[in-house]
Amino acid sequence: MLVQLASMRDAYAEVLLELGAEDARVVVLGADTSVSIKTSLFGDRYPERFFNVGIAEANMMGIAAGLALAGKTPFVTTYAAFVPGKCLDQIRNAIAYPNLNVKIVSSHGGLTVGPDGASHQTIEDVATMRSIPRMHVVVPADAPSTKSLIAQACRTLGPFYIRLSRPSVPTIYSASKDVEVGRAKILREGSDIGIIACGIMVNEAMEAAETLSKTGVSAEVVDSHTVKPLDSETIVRVARKTGALVTAEEQNVIGGLGGAVAEAITESYPVPISRVGVRDTFGESGEHQELMVKYGLTSKEIARAAKHLIKSR
Amino acid sequence: MEEQSIPIGMLLQKAAKIRDDILLMVGEAKSGHPGGSLSAVEILVSLFFYKMRHDPKRPDWPDRDRFVLSKGHAAPVLFSTLAEAGYFPTSELMTLRKLNSRLQGHPDHRVPGVEFPGGSLGIGLSAAIGMALAGKVDKKDYRVYALLGDGELDEGETWEAAMAAPKFKLDNLTAIVDRNGIQQDGLTEQIMPMEPVGYKWKAFNWHVLEVDGFDFRQVIDALEKAESMRNRPTVIIAHTVKGKGVSFMEWDPAYHGKAPDKDTVRKLVKTMLEE
Repeated sequence: MLVQLASMRDAYAEVLLELGAEDARVVVLGADTSVSIKTSLFGDRYPERFFNVGIAEANMMGIAAGLALAGKTPFVTTYAAFVPGKCLDQIRNAIAYPNLNVKIVSSHGGLTVGPDGASHQTIEDVATMRSIPRMHVVVPADAPSTKSLIAQACRTLGPFYIRLSRPSVPTIYSASKDVEVGRAKILREGSDIGIIACGIMVNEAMEAAETLSKTGVSAEVVDSHTVKPLDSETIVRVARKTGALVTAEEQNVIGGLGGAVAEAITESYPVPISRVGVRDTFGESGEHQELMVKYGLTSKEIARAAKHLIKSR
Repeated sequence: MEEQSIPIGMLLQKAAKIRDDILLMVGEAKSGHPGGSLSAVEILVSLFFYKMRHDPKRPDWPDRDRFVLSKGHAAPVLFSTLAEAGYFPTSELMTLRKLNSRLQGHPDHRVPGVEFPGGSLGIGLSAAIGMALAGKVDKKDYRVYALLGDGELDEGETWEAAMAAPKFKLDNLTAIVDRNGIQQDGLTEQIMPMEPVGYKWKAFNWHVLEVDGFDFRQVIDALEKAESMRNRPTVIIAHTVKGKGVSFMEWDPAYHGKAPDKDTVRKLVKTMLEE
């Protein structure tokens, strides 16, 4: 089967141009990473609605808050290593607290930014942003769903954090209308184990399900792109059906999607859970595939966790 | 000059009333920040009762001038000014810092007239830049004012913002620094020396004015000059005294964040009214 790869950044840049055309309130802010993330394309087309503030993330968030207070829909973008890291206070106090319509889109999330090393790898952002009241947190799996989820975020009042990864990823969604903010998507039906994934780990989850099926294990795969508000209803339903869950994310296993699923399940239908993700350690330089293997972010790791859960049942 | 038409008597009355309200509400709340509220009274009075285009009956009027209280701990002066201007009943002032009140310890923009929740220091100037940029994009002629504390200038974000505003040629933005010389731990020049403050802003390409922050004519004259400046933002360094109007609070860092007890407040307000 021919696997089609597409970049989430390209998808983001494309949807920004579309949103910019249909909604004059859309403005875009960058912090000296606009060429790399390709939001500069928006700036080329709409220079009066594009603001590059230099390497000053805190100021960028504060300015975005002011723009939103004056009726704009700001998209704020830089690398996930700096958002929320360098501007959590501004995000919390100036954006989330007053419930402003600011869309924070970070790129280069997780370990797969690769050779830049641990300072530029982000494994805490989903957990951090999830803990802020009023904040939506979305981690898309591929290019078409990136486009669709960002367009929906634009039309939904309130603060959003949308986290993208750097590598081009296999396309999972053929039609972007299949995906809805706040609603987890069942991508594959199964009965023995449920795999709840987000971001680039959704593709790994699909591959794991394929591998498992060859050994007679039927896995249900869920794209939980919206980590907050979590679609607990769907996840609890999968837990009831399969009796055990594996979560998979390009984040620290503490507090991200794994944490969110564990919280939801524990409160309403406890089943054994295994969390696949970065095991509370910093990354290092390396090619993105090498890092995924070394830090256990692979379909193999998901399949291994699934089998272990089933065996110990 | 506009100077002839400045209704100084009315402004003085408003300032006196607002000073009383600050003391009464902080006394009632038994906590809060009287010092930095009292130092900014004349600045807010000049804006809300003279300079700014605003309508308390339409707090969301798109063409209104905007006031951002970046030094959010001075919430008492903002709330008392807004109430006096008619944004909400003055009777509500005594609910400051109480459970279920809109009047939070630091401004919450649920309150009509509050433009920005400035609790965490350093963010307000950035937010004011955002509002000013939106005004430029929308080709509106509203102005944006941001009041910063001098201690607040320690925050790095202030200087990120200071660098950005001239880049965007925001002549619709006026920053005002309440230069009362005191921050929570002591004198600003001991905690983190910031002089020469004016030169710093000048080096960042701002139009810089220095005034006596208690002199209505000087404050208003500077606000007018800021408005006529083209292509550059203006910063007004307003020299003030922390705790202004209450002899034992003036120049005492202890009254940055401490409320006088209620009896003291009653006596004080009585004396001030007699004056």
